[in-house]
Amino acid sequence: MQDEPTPIELTRAVADFLRNDITPLISGHQAFKLRVAINILDLVTRQLTREEGSDANEVERLRALLGMDGSVTDLNRALAERIAKGEVDLATPGLAGHLWATTMDKLAVDQPNYASYKREMGRGE
Amino acid sequence: MIEAELSRSVQRWCPGATGVTGAAKLSGGASQETWRFDIMHPDGPIGAILRRSPKGYGAAPTRAAGLAAEAQLMQLAYEAGVPSPRVMHVLTPDEELGTGFIMQRVEGETIARKILRNEEFAAARPLLARQIGGVLAGLHRLPQDKLPELRSRSATQEISEFDRDYRSLNWPKPVFELALRWLRDHDPGLSAETTLVHGDFRNGNLIIGADGVRAVLDWELAHLGDPMEDLGWVCVNSWRFGEIDKPVGGFGSREELFAGYEAAGRKVDPARVKFWEVMGTLRWGIMCGGMMQRFREGPDHSMERAMIGRRASETEIDLLRLLAPRGS
Repeated sequence: MQDEPTPIELTRAVADFLRNDITPLISGHQAFKLRVAINILDLVTRQLTREEGSDANEVERLRALLGMDGSVTDLNRALAERIAKGEVDLATPGLAGHLWATTMDKLAVDQPNYASYKREMGRGE
Repeated sequence: MIEAELSRSVQRWCPGATGVTGAAKLSGGASQETWRFDIMHPDGPIGAILRRSPKGYGAAPTRAAGLAAEAQLMQLAYEAGVPSPRVMHVLTPDEELGTGFIMQRVEGETIARKILRNEEFAAARPLLARQIGGVLAGLHRLPQDKLPELRSRSATQEISEFDRDYRSLNWPKPVFELALRWLRDHDPGLSAETTLVHGDFRNGNLIIGADGVRAVLDWELAHLGDPMEDLGWVCVNSWRFGEIDKPVGGFGSREELFAGYEAAGRKVDPARVKFWEVMGTLRWGIMCGGMMQRFREGPDHSMERAMIGRRASETEIDLLRLLAPRGS
């Protein structure tokens, strides 16, 4: 077991330092790159916060859908293959719901400000 | 410095020109650059743009038409009254500037978010969807016997190509698989008519002024194919920049786009447009995957490229909204 602070806390501390203390000091292209860097750290923090829970839910749905066990990567690969072969499609019970839930979990990490995501969040299932 | 070579160049083909000033690089990867500069002239400065591949970067990527073809297309568009910069000069090897061309600089805005939010474009915005329809109709009508040599792509070929690109990423994505299946099941086959297709006609590749579309840029993906491809691509959600209820670049409705196109004497096939919108959404998603791969394996280890890889999920939600919409 590793000591604390946790990676989430450490990453957040760096992001806050860059955002609050460094941003006012630079301009132009470097300021743009700094903004990208801060966005990356924020994304990493969101992923560290959410990934464990969303992966566990995803694996549970994939097991039910595919009737097999495996890692989240293996199961995604298996689902991709079955869709490619036409064995699973939108008429398959649970597929659309699974893809929506998985995609919403990704957007929550990658780009929570994306307009399509905000619209679908407002729908609430 | 590039100004010395440009000065020698302009004095050869621009009567009265005495040199150039204010050269600045606007954008550029390893293989292609865009520069702005002013030609010094007794009648006043002339705004110009250089598009070039520097020396040693002659080979164009497989999908690109090449800078010579791009110059020819822009000039053809200009002559036909399609908003386009006038091509002033095609570079020759002895100028030591690489390959490419110099065109007249058209003033206006290309940054999509500014066009969608700034007050100076408020009057133009509601007119743009329809206007874009008219511009595309003009573009699709460019005389085929005058076009440079271009690759030709049917819907079926494009599906196979994207399938291959996606599989080469070794990046299993159930939503992309679903989109590929949908595209195969809805492949409209050969279009009744094959025309010039711009290939990257979207908000971000247009110069917009207070009066509307002033120029169509970035012709490097031009090819021959189904004209409905351009109408579908301009509607891809990634180019609406947040204005998701206005499919045409965040400006307006498909109905306005179609009306503008048909008012200019050409016919719209809405089912084909939808097909190409789905294809375009997947295309941008796979391109995001390509960025991830280049970030990981290539020399460009930039943060920007890494973050574009993380935008593939945006196209996944948009594909689901198109193919498996929830409630309403």
